[in-house]
Amino acid sequence: MIAEAGHYALVLALALALIQSTVPMIGARLRDPVLMNVARSTALAQLLFVGLSFGALVLLHVLSDFSVANVYENSHSLKPLIYKITGVWGNHEGSMLLWVSILALFGGLVAMFGNNLPLSLRANALGVQGWVSTAFYLFILLTSNPFLRLANPPLEGRDLNPVLQDPGLAVHPPMLYLGYVGFSISFSFAIAALIEGRIDAAWARWVRPWTLMAWMFLTLGIAMGSYWAYYELGWGGWWFWDPVENASLMPWLAGTALLHSAVVMEKRNALKVWTVLLAILTFSLSLLGTFLVRSGVLTSVHAFATDPTRGVFILLILCVFIGGSLSLYAWRASSLKQGGLFAPISREGALVLNNLLLTTACATVFIGTLYPLGLEVLTGERISVGAPFFNLTFAPLFLPLLLALPFGPLLAWKRGDLIGAAQRLYAAGIVALVSVAVLWAWVRGGSAFAPLAIGLALFVILGALTDIAERSMLFRMPLSISLRRARGLPRASWGTMFAHVGVGVALIGIVCETTWNTELISTLKPGDVAKVAGYELKLDNISQRQGPNFGEMLAHFTVSEDGKVIGTMTPSKRSFTTRAMSTTEAALMSRGVSQLYISLGDTAASGAIAVRIYHKPMVLLIWFGPVLMAFGGLLSLSDRRLRVGAPKPAKAARGLQPAE
Amino acid sequence: MSLWFLLALMTVGAIFAVLWPLSRRTAVKREGRESAVYQDQLAEIDRDIAGGLIGETEGAAARVEISRRLLAAADAEEGSTVSSSLRLRRAVAMIALIGVPVLAGALYLHLGSPALPDFPLASRTRAPAAGQSLDQLVAQVQSHLETNPTDGRGWGVLAPVLGRLGRFEDAAQAFRNAIRYDGDSAARRAGLGEALAGAANGVVTAEAKAEFERAVALDADEPKARYFLGVAAEQDGRPKEAAALWQDMLSKAPADAPWRPVLETALKRVGATAQTAPDSAASTKMPALSNDTIASVQGMSEGDRGAMIRGMVDRLAARLKQNGSDVEGWLRLARAYMVLKEPDNARAARDDARRALAANEADLRKLNEGLKALGIDG
Repeated sequence: MIAEAGHYALVLALALALIQSTVPMIGARLRDPVLMNVARSTALAQLLFVGLSFGALVLLHVLSDFSVANVYENSHSLKPLIYKITGVWGNHEGSMLLWVSILALFGGLVAMFGNNLPLSLRANALGVQGWVSTAFYLFILLTSNPFLRLANPPLEGRDLNPVLQDPGLAVHPPMLYLGYVGFSISFSFAIAALIEGRIDAAWARWVRPWTLMAWMFLTLGIAMGSYWAYYELGWGGWWFWDPVENASLMPWLAGTALLHSAVVMEKRNALKVWTVLLAILTFSLSLLGTFLVRSGVLTSVHAFATDPTRGVFILLILCVFIGGSLSLYAWRASSLKQGGLFAPISREGALVLNNLLLTTACATVFIGTLYPLGLEVLTGERISVGAPFFNLTFAPLFLPLLLALPFGPLLAWKRGDLIGAAQRLYAAGIVALVSVAVLWAWVRGGSAFAPLAIGLALFVILGALTDIAERSMLFRMPLSISLRRARGLPRASWGTMFAHVGVGVALIGIVCETTWNTELISTLKPGDVAKVAGYELKLDNISQRQGPNFGEMLAHFTVSEDGKVIGTMTPSKRSFTTRAMSTTEAALMSRGVSQLYISLGDTAASGAIAVRIYHKPMVLLIWFGPVLMAFGGLLSLSDRRLRVGAPKPAKAARGLQPAE
Repeated sequence: MSLWFLLALMTVGAIFAVLWPLSRRTAVKREGRESAVYQDQLAEIDRDIAGGLIGETEGAAARVEISRRLLAAADAEEGSTVSSSLRLRRAVAMIALIGVPVLAGALYLHLGSPALPDFPLASRTRAPAAGQSLDQLVAQVQSHLETNPTDGRGWGVLAPVLGRLGRFEDAAQAFRNAIRYDGDSAARRAGLGEALAGAANGVVTAEAKAEFERAVALDADEPKARYFLGVAAEQDGRPKEAAALWQDMLSKAPADAPWRPVLETALKRVGATAQTAPDSAASTKMPALSNDTIASVQGMSEGDRGAMIRGMVDRLAARLKQNGSDVEGWLRLARAYMVLKEPDNARAARDDARRALAANEADLRKLNEGLKALGIDG
């Protein structure tokens, strides 16, 4: 009954999505408030039914009901409870159900908290959201149905892919999907604006919190995925320029550009047409990512199942939505009123530069990812576009972006003072240059560019701090007054600072890890000692252990530095009998923000074991940076101004008072 | 609470979600306004000027810009009229009342399986063993071995059963585990070889042959191993050798040995009788393979032998095309394709088989189960 109820709930959600995609839009056309309000209740009911459906699938996995094909294929009764739950989205059908659940969640959130929106905008946006939902419900029900049953249920399931039996699966896909799908809201708003043929500065403010939320989750999702790959795949790498990773990076780059261009639109009523285009492109790239991962065009850990009919269906969705929205854009964009002009040296000018560089970077990733695929389809020739291409194209684009980054927040709107901004950045620049010189003198080995890149990162960090110091008049006023001023700054300014500092922090991590990373590959017997970067790692013994659904071989290492024992590390290899697969569980030891990393290779007949040992300096900063960025986003999101306009029945006037 | 009651309840909930806003005659006007945003922006300009984010003169200009937008927005808000048509409302209500249940019901009945009960793990383990099928018993033993992978005797019990179920790959693995954890024996080596040959569609591969030879080394009279060594000789194009080996077995075999008839048919196949040794390969009796084939098999490379297997597979496929009611034949074909590493063909065979067997419920179920074991369902 659970499976059937879940199945029916999904079908009902489809029926509601169909109503949501038509009735409110007719209502908006006729200015009929009653019909427009249908959007709200259908979106909420859809959320309820999809939630029921998703809950049913989770319950089926927890109860190991193998009469459901999806559970049989991806679960095992001996699997620990957490992996029974995360296994729900560790497979194609379940992950698509998570996708639509999040889509419905965002629809429900707009319905619930969208009181500050004009009725027609909300109705149209939810209508567009209804189209997207309809397409994906049909996709799930017709080609990837998680509720299909087996008449003769087997006694035991086939187990989840062992690589995915990791806590990372609990966090990475939901985060990433919250990001991908969150951009559907900006997309829906953009299409709604095009349909209404009217777009204003207010639109940007209404869309901003949704974009910000999606961007935050996408940032965390990508960082989490990168960390997971780092510790699970056993290669010590954290970014491979793998097409699947690129598929998530492209919407991030476009989304970051959107976030910045929406600010210009909100403040200056300019860049309107461009912002709408970015909103469409960002979600299109999210859809493209879904297509690349889900269609089986690419084979990777993410391609749980490949089936041509699914690929064709998603391609169809992709063509209809991207093609349709871009056609609508081409048709209606010219009718949108153009915004004001502005001087090149100004805050808005700096943001345009940011947009140019980010979208170009996004385009290079797009070409690097799709060109090999296109070539293979057309000529059958297989080429691989890897790190060299991206390093050569991506780095030169990010360099000027980072150089210009500290100037942006220091420039005033409308007409900025570049020399004034430069003067205020003197301190940051000098500190950065001094640290470059010190690093050059102090560090041996590695690329000559590394100290320069670190200097640039420091410039970005200090530049971001300078902005806040300037605005709170630090060192120019008594400390108490400065503190009071700092507290009075809008939260969005603090958010900007944290996000920009995060970029610098991540850059330091990336440069240090790639330049001064030490690697040792060797074969060790129990009792052998390996020396890496000043640490001594002694292999004490190798033991076997039986896990709940796997056998495990553990190697025990004692780590010492200058003769003093500082801890033990136990990397292991797990073999899963049901799938006849094995996974490497690397052992990590953090020393500050640097890490020691051991992963095991094959065992030789002599009892020796191949090990790969890395010392990765500053590696944790790579993920700490994105966390800072997301925290900045959160601060920005909590800014009072984003909630403005929400009618408050009792004390309507309060919402319009100046900031605290 | 029955399933249908629950589904009906959910349908009512969905319809209610559409009807509810329609029923609210005077929709409360809780609409966000653009003017609110612009008023807030005006206040923000003052803060920006104070913070040095915008120059005094530019700030003044911006204030004019925003005020202009504010006036336009306020005008538009005044000017817009709202109306609600009762006719449309009724139409939407009708769509919800009829469309939602019809659409949801039709789609669900097409896709769902309302007749199937739940089958959670808890109720399964409680079910008495007597009523369980062989498959389920095997699965139970397998899950036991999952947790105790070093139980060699368990593997030894499971392995022949898996072989008989046609799950040759699993059987081979089980035999290997039994040998590893519970000691070597001629019977286990022979069983392993048989499983390997079974997995290769009856072809005694070099790997399988090695196992049979090991079995014979352990026990020179192991009948299964010796029989299969004969088959290997036959498949290598040396029927005389095979016949001699089988003859020898027959002469030593006890009269009640259960495998006597197997040997006799095998001897007939290579053109020798149980009493007389074959005088030539060109015997009057029809061999399983024509002389030409045998000649060509001799000295064949691995690839050529593959081509011959191909030919057999194609013949099987052709036969099934004409008479599609043979479930075992379909499964053999699908397995052959999997062995040949042609999953696309295997899937095509699956689809053809489902079409051919569509009329026969029992056969279809058998087919689906077999396909599942091969991993090409869905």
